[in-house]
Amino acid sequence: MQATAANHAWRKIKSALVSALAFVSAILVIAPLGLVFFYLVKSGASSVNWDFFTQLPKPVGVVGGGMANAIAGSFELLGLAAMIGVPIGVLGGVYLAEYGSTRTNSLLRFIADVLNGVPSITWGVVVYGLVVLRFKGFSAYAGGLALGFMMVPLIMRTTEEVLLLVPNGYREAALALGVSRWKTIVHIVMKTASKGIVTGILLALARVAGETAPLLFTAFGNRFWNHSLSEPIAALPLQIFSYAISPYEDWHRQAWAGALVLVIMIFFINVLVRFLTRDRMANPT
Amino acid sequence: MIETPAALRPSVAHERAKSIMPSSESNTTPLPTFEVSNLSIWYGEKPAIQDVTINIPSKTITAIIGPSGCGKSTFLRCLNRMHELIPRTRIEGKVLFQGQDLYSPGSDPTVVRRRIGMVFQKSNPFPTMSIAENVVIGLKLNGVRNRTLLDERLENSLRMAALWDEVKDDLRKPGMSLSGGQQQRLCIARAIAVEPEVLLMDEPASALDPIATMKVEELIHELSAKYTIVIVTHNMQQASRVSDRTAFFYVGKLIEFGETTEIFAAPKEKKTEDYITGRFG
Repeated sequence: MQATAANHAWRKIKSALVSALAFVSAILVIAPLGLVFFYLVKSGASSVNWDFFTQLPKPVGVVGGGMANAIAGSFELLGLAAMIGVPIGVLGGVYLAEYGSTRTNSLLRFIADVLNGVPSITWGVVVYGLVVLRFKGFSAYAGGLALGFMMVPLIMRTTEEVLLLVPNGYREAALALGVSRWKTIVHIVMKTASKGIVTGILLALARVAGETAPLLFTAFGNRFWNHSLSEPIAALPLQIFSYAISPYEDWHRQAWAGALVLVIMIFFINVLVRFLTRDRMANPT
Repeated sequence: MIETPAALRPSVAHERAKSIMPSSESNTTPLPTFEVSNLSIWYGEKPAIQDVTINIPSKTITAIIGPSGCGKSTFLRCLNRMHELIPRTRIEGKVLFQGQDLYSPGSDPTVVRRRIGMVFQKSNPFPTMSIAENVVIGLKLNGVRNRTLLDERLENSLRMAALWDEVKDDLRKPGMSLSGGQQQRLCIARAIAVEPEVLLMDEPASALDPIATMKVEELIHELSAKYTIVIVTHNMQQASRVSDRTAFFYVGKLIEFGETTEIFAAPKEKKTEDYITGRFG
C-alpha cells in the first residue's frame, strides 16, 4: 500500500517537473520576439516619423531625412521577385503534386530542400556572375532575380503540400465528368487549395523581404530614387545594413527605425496569412 | 422527366464526342451498352480482375456484388477508364461501349468519361462551389457558356436527382452545406448534368442513413428509364431491390451473372449461394 502511495507522489512530482520544463521552454521561445520588439521600439520609434516615409536620405552631417526610396525599392524588388518566384514556384509545386513520377519527385524535392538551405549570399554571388557581370552593372532586375530564385523552392514546396491536402475524391469527381486533366487541376484542385497557395506565396515574400545578403552585389543600394529598373536600387535591409555599420549617431537611429518598419511590414504579412487561413483552422475541409 | 431528343441537344462537347466516337446507327436489336470480353487487370504484379466476360444491356440496372477486394470497384472503373488514374495498371481483353472499343488508340479517356458518368461512394461536392455551380461545373469546364442552357440544365438535373424542391431557394449556398444524403443526390445531379449515356455508381448509398438510402434507391430506379446503370454494392438487399441483373464477383472472377430474381432465388453456383446466404463475405 505504502509503496503505491510513494509511487503516486513521485509520479506527481515528475509530472510537475515536466510541465515546468515545458513552460520555461515556451517562455524561451517567446522571449526573443518580445526582446526584439522591445529593443526596436525603444531605439527606433523616435525616428519613425512622416519624414522617414517621405524623404530621401540626407548627406552625412545633415540631421533628418528618411528612407522613402528604400521602402519603395523594397516593394519594387519584391514585385520583381514575385514575378519570377510565383509562376515558377507554383507550377513546380503543381508538377510535384499532380504530374511527377515518384522518382523524379523525390529528386526534385531533394533539390528544392537543398536550395532552401543554400545560404542567401550564394544567390547574390550567382546572380552577380550571371547578370551583373554580363550586363556590366548592378540593377533592380538583378536584385529581384536573386530574391525570386530564393522564393522558387519555398513556394514550390508549400504549393505541393497544400495541393496534396486536396482529397483525391475531388480530382476523380471532375475527371469522371469528362473534364480534362489540366482543367481539373486549375479549376478544381488549385481553386480548392487557393488560400493555401496564396499563404505560401505571402510567407515566401515575408521571408525574402528581410534578406540583405542576396542584394549586396545585385541591387547594390542607391541613395536616391531609382528611375530605371536596370539601375541600382535601394532596399530597406540594405539601407539598414549600411547605416548600422556607419560611424554616425543619427544614421544608427535611422537604422533602428528602418528595422522597426521592416519588422512591422513582415508582421503584417503574417497577420494577413492568419486572416487568410482562419477558415481552414475553424473548418478543416 | 424532361427529355430532349439527342439530336437537338445543343452541346458543343457532345458533338465533339460524337465525331470522335460515332455511335452506331440503330439496329433492330439494341446493342448492349457494354460488351466485355476476357478482361483482366493487374495493379503492378497483382491481378485484380481475371478473364471477365459479360454483356451489360442498355437501359437496365446491373448490380455488382461480392466480398471486399473481389475486384468489383476495379471492374466498374475500367468501364470508363477511371482505373487508369492509379499508376502501374495493366489491362488485357476488350471493353466495347456501344460497339466501340473503349481502349482503342483513338479513344480519348476524357470523352469516354463524359459519356459514361460516375458517382462515388463518398459524396464529394466541390467545396469552393455553390449548389448551382456544383451541378453545372462539368458543362462549364466542357465549354458551355450559354446562360439559359446552363440554367435549364441546372433545373432539369436537380429535378431528375429529386433534389430541386429541397434546394431551389438555396442554389447559391455552398454544396457542402447540404446533408449527407442531399450531397450524394447533388453529386448524382452533377453527373447527369453533362448528359452521359451511362451512370456507374460505386456504392452510392453505403455512407448514407436508411432514409437517404431509400431516396437514392428510388432515384436510381427512376434514372434507369433514361440511363444504363451499373451499381456496385456491398448490400445484397439493395442489389435485390434496385437491380434487373446481378453479377457476382469473387477474387477477381465473375462467378455468376443473371436476372436478379434468379440469382437471389435460385443461384446456379455454390459460391453465389454461400455468399448471398451469408456464409462468407
